[in-house]
Amino acid sequence: MSAPRRADVCAVAIAEAFRGDGERLCNPIGNLPLIGGRLAAATFEPLLALTDGFYTLIDDVPPVGLDDEERLAQRVVGSWNPYREMFSLLWHGRRHVMMGATQVDRYGNQNIAAIGDWNHPRSQLLGFRGAPGNTINHTTSYWVPNHSPKVVVAAVDVVCGVGYDRAAELGPASSRFHEIRRVVTNLCVFDFSGRDSHGVPVLTLRSTHPGVSVADVVSASGCEVAVLGDIPTTRGPDDGESDQLERLDPAGSRFAEVPDP
Amino acid sequence: MPGADKTTTVDEIVGELRPGMVVGIGGWGSRRKPMAIVRAILRSDLSDLTIVAYGGPDVGLLCRSGQASHVVSGFVSLDSIPLEPHYRAARQSGSISASELDEGMFLLGLQAAAWRVPFLPTRAGLGSDIPRLMDHIATVRSPYPDPESGEHEDLIAVPALTLDVAFVHQHRCDRSGNAVWLGEDPFMDDLFVRAADRAFVTTEQVVPTEELRSGGVDITRQRISRLDVDGVAETPNGAHFTECPPLYGRDEVFQQRYAATAKSDEAWGAFAAEFLELDEQGYQAKVAELSEVAR
Repeated sequence: MSAPRRADVCAVAIAEAFRGDGERLCNPIGNLPLIGGRLAAATFEPLLALTDGFYTLIDDVPPVGLDDEERLAQRVVGSWNPYREMFSLLWHGRRHVMMGATQVDRYGNQNIAAIGDWNHPRSQLLGFRGAPGNTINHTTSYWVPNHSPKVVVAAVDVVCGVGYDRAAELGPASSRFHEIRRVVTNLCVFDFSGRDSHGVPVLTLRSTHPGVSVADVVSASGCEVAVLGDIPTTRGPDDGESDQLERLDPAGSRFAEVPDP
Repeated sequence: MPGADKTTTVDEIVGELRPGMVVGIGGWGSRRKPMAIVRAILRSDLSDLTIVAYGGPDVGLLCRSGQASHVVSGFVSLDSIPLEPHYRAARQSGSISASELDEGMFLLGLQAAAWRVPFLPTRAGLGSDIPRLMDHIATVRSPYPDPESGEHEDLIAVPALTLDVAFVHQHRCDRSGNAVWLGEDPFMDDLFVRAADRAFVTTEQVVPTEELRSGGVDITRQRISRLDVDGVAETPNGAHFTECPPLYGRDEVFQQRYAATAKSDEAWGAFAAEFLELDEQGYQAKVAELSEVAR
């Protein structure tokens, strides 16, 4: 069997982030996260609910990249979910979102608002969007397509998504719904199984993608990375998953997002 | 009894505004924005405005024109172009001050204003940099002990986003302000009108009240009532270049043209001269001409 393509490894790793979620909203944001989330729903987590990317929860698992007309024609709407309902749903907690991150740090803090001092930004980005509310109310994971020391940093410039150090400061009552589950990058998968000297969860290497060494990950990261024991290789798709990936992304957009090394 | 006739024009509405006002703008990103009103503000000499919005080109345009001095938002984006170039430039040059909230906090701020309470509590924002950077955002301690831990939980107290005036764009409206939205998301337009001292609806079409639901429109789309509306202006294609489905999509070509004006003062000047110095009718004629040429 030939070596799996890097984008497919990433898609499977993203799908794995949703394993065990059962009946809740799988809400990945961005192209490869969408492919990975839908892969999970199409294979080992069939009870996951998805969105059509806009205002409905759907009960089918359509391909990505549909134009508006096709999206509306294909979807099987289970429920209406305009933005205000999405906030209601997420405050209730039955959701796992995967967001992007311009910066993410050792404790899982995420920044999408600005680079530099927020009061005088060197580069203004999106704003906080839903990151503060997401992270304090339900499970959140991150997708990093361009793992580098500029993205995986010692401390983010602006805390949008709340990491474990901030959650620990809040105490157990306020942080009881907080969980940063995974950070999937184009090089590896992190979880937060390791602990710092105060017992706070920290970025921990879970697996490296085929062809990537632990040293590669460490040198591409601008913060300390916990490496506990032997690090396995991220798995590629099985046959069923490969078929689904072809169905979900027939145009191969994932290979443009994450080229083979 | 039918309500009073509140029909007016965008220029008359804008004539009522005063410098320094807090202005709420409905819609979401580059979706169903009351752009005809934004264009009328751009033609006016209003200044020092605080703009409160799920921001799109409305925010960008008013930053670029120098008429916005403060922006309150959950994000500012053109959707198909993720970063709003003029808002970015304004933030990076410091020509405006900003208050950036979590999207859900923003909703609660509008709801608090609409319900006339000083704040609403939420977990959203706790632990993030929002309460550290926005010094008007405080927390509140629950008076109720948690049944299990006995702990009194701290929550973010989102302050009411009370508006002097709000603008929303609706698909249909009668002369007294009963409105109908189509498409798939009402956004927060009904909260904007209740959060404001005065509220104005621009609409694709003014229709008799009996015809608001003609063509099989469901009753749940009658969200905004005349009780909350002070004026109605008919502005066909008035959300252009943002989308207003199912009637029209976003004018992506025009939006790209708009976004490119952030490249230089010359580019902005040419765009402003071509499109923003015209009245609404002239603007729409120009846009129609462009789309004819494209065909």
